[in-house]
Amino acid sequence: MEKLRYERPIIKKLNVGFVNKFGTQAKNEVVTNIEGVGVKELIKEYGSPLFVISEKQIRRNYQHASRVFKTRYPKVQFAWSYKTNYLNAVCNVFHQEGSWAEVVSGFEYEKALANGVPGSKIIFNGPDKTDDQLINASRNNSLIHIDHFDELYTLIKLSEEFHLKPRVAIRVNMDTGIYPKWDRFGFNYENGQVWTAASRILNSENLNLVGLHCHIGTFMMESSAYAIAASKMCQLSWDISEKFGIHIQYLDLGGGFPSTNTLKGSYLPGTDTVPTIDQFADAITDVILGFGFRQEELPLLILETGRALIDDAGFLLGTVLANKRLSDGRSSTIMDFGVNSLFTSFWYDHKVTPAQEGGQYTEETVLFGPLCMNIDVIRENVLLPLLKKGDQLVVHKVGAYNMTQWMQFITLRPNIVLLDQSSHPHLIRKAETLDYLESVEIVPNHLSKNQ
Amino acid sequence: MVTSHNIKNKRTLVIAVTGLNAIDSPGPGVAVIRCLRECADFDVRIIGLSYEALEPGIYMHELVDKTYQIPYPSAGYESLLQRLSQIHHTEKIDLVIPNFDAELFSFIKLRNELEKLGIHSFLPELEQFEARHKTILSKFGKKHQIMVPEDRIINHVTDLTKAVAELDYPLVVKGKFYDATIVHTLEAAQKAFYQLQAKWGLPVIAQKFINGTEINIAALGDGKGNTISVIPMRKLYITDKGKAWAGITIEDPSFIELAKKFVKITKWRGGCELEIMQTAEGVSYIMEVNPRFPAWIYLTAAAGQNQPATLVKMALGEHVEPFLTYEVGKMFIRYSWDLITDVTEFQKISGGGEL
Amino acid sequence: MRFKKNIATSDTGFIFNPGSGDSFSSNNIGSEILSFFKEDKSQQEIIELICAKYDVEKNLLEKDLDDFFSQLRDYNLLEE
Repeated sequence: MEKLRYERPIIKKLNVGFVNKFGTQAKNEVVTNIEGVGVKELIKEYGSPLFVISEKQIRRNYQHASRVFKTRYPKVQFAWSYKTNYLNAVCNVFHQEGSWAEVVSGFEYEKALANGVPGSKIIFNGPDKTDDQLINASRNNSLIHIDHFDELYTLIKLSEEFHLKPRVAIRVNMDTGIYPKWDRFGFNYENGQVWTAASRILNSENLNLVGLHCHIGTFMMESSAYAIAASKMCQLSWDISEKFGIHIQYLDLGGGFPSTNTLKGSYLPGTDTVPTIDQFADAITDVILGFGFRQEELPLLILETGRALIDDAGFLLGTVLANKRLSDGRSSTIMDFGVNSLFTSFWYDHKVTPAQEGGQYTEETVLFGPLCMNIDVIRENVLLPLLKKGDQLVVHKVGAYNMTQWMQFITLRPNIVLLDQSSHPHLIRKAETLDYLESVEIVPNHLSKNQ
Repeated sequence: MVTSHNIKNKRTLVIAVTGLNAIDSPGPGVAVIRCLRECADFDVRIIGLSYEALEPGIYMHELVDKTYQIPYPSAGYESLLQRLSQIHHTEKIDLVIPNFDAELFSFIKLRNELEKLGIHSFLPELEQFEARHKTILSKFGKKHQIMVPEDRIINHVTDLTKAVAELDYPLVVKGKFYDATIVHTLEAAQKAFYQLQAKWGLPVIAQKFINGTEINIAALGDGKGNTISVIPMRKLYITDKGKAWAGITIEDPSFIELAKKFVKITKWRGGCELEIMQTAEGVSYIMEVNPRFPAWIYLTAAAGQNQPATLVKMALGEHVEPFLTYEVGKMFIRYSWDLITDVTEFQKISGGGEL
Repeated sequence: MRFKKNIATSDTGFIFNPGSGDSFSSNNIGSEILSFFKEDKSQQEIIELICAKYDVEKNLLEKDLDDFFSQLRDYNLLEE
């Protein structure tokens, strides 16, 4: 006789307040494959844990966002936000789709150039640009977004010294009714700082003011804030051309569109509350189109959308190391990946699904990572079927910021696989090794083991 | 127009109702059901939808025919839809009447999906629903010349100093979703801010204190700007949780007008409760708008305007004329009652999700 | 270590402790173990019975049983 499927025995107290399950028909969502490729096969081939990126999903996201904006507004350009995910394979999917590059450091700038992006299609943002980087970006005809007066005066000086004609934009910060105000970047709109900057640029011999840039915040849940931002940007652009007689070629509304992840502490899940790209597009384009620009003078609209285009294309696969009962009776599960790899678990209650069919019973579980550190918690509380050692889980929507903000701490960073449009896996970043880690270390002679 | 529901033939309507928590700070579900059962125009089979195993309505078998547990809104509306589809498969629900503030967002979002399944509802648009949210109610008031106490949105404790200077004491410090404290000093305001922030998150609202008589109005809009029913009620006795323990219907055309104005501006669809504060000078402020029937909704039936039953008719596409009169001086006095049941009943709903 | 005599179990997996008024629910395998337990079967016997019926290694079952019993103890359903 064939034996029955085993599930570990559990007993749950029926709480007088809350109810734990909803009838016996409620089905646990199981995700056994990513774009048709089995989770088990991927892990067998590439090890566990494993990041998986779906090229198909990136292209779907990009094409959707692009269509949504371009059907509403005639001149739209996306610039891929390198810091969100700067794996070259990922960047190049975006560049193939038509994205420019948006970078915030010297090494990101070099990366974009090496990926074949023409200098004139690189936007150089951020408060940290060295003299050499400014000179280089000017010579490459890149778009330099000026963040503060020290940078502005440096660039003016460099342009005189080295006979440069840099194309620049002013980073503007403003009150759009949301909190916190990102007033640490760029020049303030309300107090007139931005005017001082504009005047200084336009009175300089060499700087060419071509655009205005703002970035009102991150994970924005209100599309209306973008309408306010767009309106202030239009007004500023209008006033500048009135006063100085120059045409502002583009308005860069930055990034900040959320993915459908659920922020910690929010009552409703992200899938319910996050505005759609359409809502953001409506808010922004309605304002610009209705502002009163002549058709031929409509500014190019640049968007630096990162997270919303990549988050749901990334998955983290992992394996159960152990189950453990905590002293207060709660059940916990230790996974083979922790907050060192999944940095975003500090911000989100990530969706986690089992990769194999299980029973109908579920249990509230704390999901821990493998680190010897108390803060290594992936989910404080998640309802999962009864897992056993060796079972696998899929963490969803991890494409943004993890593969750039992850830490090499206690464990080494795992493999990253890209599933191409035919779902063929390609290793796009190798798991780190001890040799890799130590290749940049230098042990002084007197501390060497051969001493 | 829905023709399949010929109410005149006294077909039995299957109506799902939430908010069965008839406890000390009661949800409206049980009162709504009582109204529905009293309507002579149709028979009902009531399907209770509950979140917690001890909601008293679950065990009131003379009022609720069958109860199912549903997932909390925090599980996402996809889970809710899945569960409702499952229940619908067995029960063939004609109409759902959600009664909790926290669940309305999900039900409004699911309105079209439910309609496709054949489950009707009569809910406000998301836009109307959001406009009455307390963080932006004063903006709404200014826009439409409706008196709403002046307030300031507080995102940082330092914002309080400015709010105090502009609004003066006493000041009401309110949480984003629930809770409020009246304060008379900056220290007390700061303390309240930290407590409310910890409990409900940001922003916290500082509102000008309005002294006066509390009036509640239950109104029913048709979604086109017409008010079908309005019943104003004065609270006679208030519990320590601020809930009306007893109340009385009153006659004052100004309240009727105010409710009509609100319904007209918002094109409100469905039931709502306006919480009014009338000052000694006779100025009426809208303090809060609850986007659903109040717990005292049975008083509307008792006074001659059965709002829940009328909502059912409208939801099923029947044309209804606005009510013109109601009985003034009808009172309600809330009482508590110890319902007796057996542990097996508790186990069924708690472990199996149905009773 | 044995199950308290007055604990009521049902076929549907519900457990009621009349001493405390607490109710519990269990999955199928949990109910099965409880019924063996009520029949005063030893831990060793239970392990053999479950291993014969379900696809599980003895070591894993032993670990899971220990955890299950510790939960029963935490819930005050056992007498020493």
